[in-house]
Amino acid sequence: MIGVGKMKQYSNILDKPLTKGKQEVSLSAFAFLFSELVQYNQTQVDNIGELERRLEDAGYAVGARVLELLCHREKGNRRETRLLGILSFVHSTVWKVLFGKVADSLEKGTEHEDEYMISEKELLVNKFISIPKDMGTFNCGAFVAGIVRGVLDSAGFPAVVTAHFVPMEGQQRPRMTILIKFAEEVLRREARLG
Amino acid sequence: MAPVAPRSGDAIFANIERVNAELFTLTYGAIVRQLLTDLEEVEEVNKQLDQMGYNIGIRLVDEFLAKSNVSRCVDFRETTDVIAKVGFKMFLGVTASVTNWDAEGTCCSIVLEDNPLVDFVELPDTCQGLYYCNILSGVIRGALDMVSMKTEVTWLRDVLRGDDVFELQVKLLKQVPEEYPYKDDE
Repeated sequence: MIGVGKMKQYSNILDKPLTKGKQEVSLSAFAFLFSELVQYNQTQVDNIGELERRLEDAGYAVGARVLELLCHREKGNRRETRLLGILSFVHSTVWKVLFGKVADSLEKGTEHEDEYMISEKELLVNKFISIPKDMGTFNCGAFVAGIVRGVLDSAGFPAVVTAHFVPMEGQQRPRMTILIKFAEEVLRREARLG
Repeated sequence: MAPVAPRSGDAIFANIERVNAELFTLTYGAIVRQLLTDLEEVEEVNKQLDQMGYNIGIRLVDEFLAKSNVSRCVDFRETTDVIAKVGFKMFLGVTASVTNWDAEGTCCSIVLEDNPLVDFVELPDTCQGLYYCNILSGVIRGALDMVSMKTEVTWLRDVLRGDDVFELQVKLLKQVPEEYPYKDDE
């Protein structure tokens, strides 16, 4: 029959057109999946530090890919090379794409030159998670910290990223903060670039 | 009060909170990668994904029944229809279709054309035996188990292995009658 074409079969995934990023799934689907991730990792480790590390590693892989995807799609293949540039990229673009809103705040640490903090009242991943008393300071935000570390590392800004609960006066639930501590070389390079 | 009519998958999906599908896709990819590193055997990974899906399914069915207001399904046909039209739409945002019914009405195929789990995914040569979306088969099995239907769910076609759509075969093994858990005379 003339005019009827077969849908193109892409043999190589790199030939497929990139999605626009507008597709959505339900929050509960993601929450279920994330809870399985945490539960699986709980069976593989003996202590909280290991659990946080594994969640961070999972997030790291996500972050590296998110950077590639967003740089190509949103920024036209341009990647930030300055410190403040990459921080605001994480704080607005990455957060907006992954969580639907920009992060609540981005602050520079007062005590150390190399520390920055991204704060969020309630992280999406922590929405349905409750921490039992005996797990103490465990924070599933380690997954998000891993995403941030993945983005920064792949962009050439090695850093140590951790997630913390910061109790706020006047509020019942503590605020979530992602603490980013850049490596020495990043600061030196930043100073050189002026 | 008149019973509330069942809402269509689109209506429910529009009313619930949603997240970006890419976060979902990348998180699932991270899970599969972790499993492959830990377990190393593709068969083990398949089994673990199925088990994780089962754990999700047994909880997912409660949310599904609560949010979708579907009435009790009369037979297995209706059940799979509801899963494909309402269930998949509600959670993954995609619609599936049901085909290939067998003569007794206990075995059918659910066909998915697009699947948010496999965006950006390519199977390397070392993992050719992997059913990447095996979590979905576990979810369906777990959900149906909680409503007293023992089923067997297998993959017939898989886009990552070269086919053009995803096809899941759902076979009803038996319907377990609901047991009243308390003895009245004790």
